[in-house]
Amino acid sequence: MPSDARGQIRDFITGKFPGVEFADGDDIFTLGFATSLFAMQLVMFVEKTFGFEIGNEDLEMANFRSVDAMAALVDRNLDAVSAGR
Amino acid sequence: MSLLAEPAVGARSRASFREFVDTAVAPYADRFDRDQKIPAEVLRQVAGRGYWGAVLPATDGGSGMDMVTLGVLHEEIGRGCSSLRSLLTVHTMAAWALRRWGTTEAREHWLPGLASGDTLGAFCLTEPAAGSDISLVATTAVRDGDDYVLDGVKQWITGGQVADVFLVFAKTERGLSAFVVDADNPGVRCTPVENALGTRASMLAEVLFAECRVPARALLGAEGAGRMVATAALDLGRYSVAAGCVGILQACLDASVAHTAGREQGGVLLREHQLVRRMISDMVTGVQAARALVRRAGELKDGRDPETLTATWIAKYFASTQAMRAATDAVQLHGASGCADGHPVNRYFRDAKVMEIIEGSSQIQQLTIAEHAYETASGGHS
Repeated sequence: MPSDARGQIRDFITGKFPGVEFADGDDIFTLGFATSLFAMQLVMFVEKTFGFEIGNEDLEMANFRSVDAMAALVDRNLDAVSAGR
Repeated sequence: MSLLAEPAVGARSRASFREFVDTAVAPYADRFDRDQKIPAEVLRQVAGRGYWGAVLPATDGGSGMDMVTLGVLHEEIGRGCSSLRSLLTVHTMAAWALRRWGTTEAREHWLPGLASGDTLGAFCLTEPAAGSDISLVATTAVRDGDDYVLDGVKQWITGGQVADVFLVFAKTERGLSAFVVDADNPGVRCTPVENALGTRASMLAEVLFAECRVPARALLGAEGAGRMVATAALDLGRYSVAAGCVGILQACLDASVAHTAGREQGGVLLREHQLVRRMISDMVTGVQAARALVRRAGELKDGRDPETLTATWIAKYFASTQAMRAATDAVQLHGASGCADGHPVNRYFRDAKVMEIIEGSSQIQQLTIAEHAYETASGGHS
């Protein structure tokens, strides 16, 4: 498994949808293969893999629409954790 | 009767839950069903046991129960009374979602009461035109200064007659959104729904929101995150219903074994008939398999594994269809007495049918589970 957040997120998505091609900036929900059920799986994956809870302010679809968005979400939260916030 | 050994901690919890159900719930469940309500005293006893706040952490005043144990609790309550289990289901969904994604103000305001059971919660998603397809929700929430104003009607709201607070889903400019709304808000009106086929004591209501003004702190997650909140809360509800169905299965088995072991027809006990034994063996197999599937879903939840969503669909689909089958056989085995008003198997039969519809109908579950099969068959996770 890749050590960087972006790689781990990409691996999770391609593991679930192995035949789908997409770029890190693509909206996986408008591409048609991801559902609201998968959105919740993404929430759980991010929480379990990176060790923080998706809080009230971060629960929005925009944070889970692309690999880029999820990687940014992870970075923000890990930065907040390391800063003791 | 268990082919699958339960861990010692789980077994102790089950014994405690069972003692409560056998003394305070099951003996009165037919009366609850006939009266179409659970007495306030029973709701207080549930509170005294800490069951309303079961999934909330101790820091929020809850019992901090893990998901596997919650499944055992809801199985045992479901064995005694599906209506009471239904009330626990929707309360737990609302409390859990608020704990996860409510604003700090909202959590501080509502969680203590939801944890203790002084405040009862309910889940308002279904509408006249929006059942399995939540994209058809027509209730609106319009931003007005620091508030939102909700308008619309919700149907088949379990616990709607007694709930103090609702988790409500409504369309905003940015899509489906989730709000927590006090039942005594002047813009809320509840109308009891009576004489439903099953879970008659779950105190169903139609809930009308008319110019219902709530503060912005009532929003869960961001605007437009309602579908994510609903998906997560429904997953928890589905898990609870699946567990409750295991309880129905066990109740059908217990009643059928007792009846067929004691009733004689044509000079032999019913238990001596091979066709009767086939039905009993199917019930035994169904309850053990369903319980194992529910436990597996709970273990995945406790491990925060994303696969729990699919595991919960499978558990609920299997447990609900097996409960309906077992209840049908239980009525058959009891003959005319099983058809009589006030007989427990009559109630199990009516309640089991409801379980095949709520929290995702069997047909929706079949579509979802099959889709998962195609995904995994093409090389994905299993």
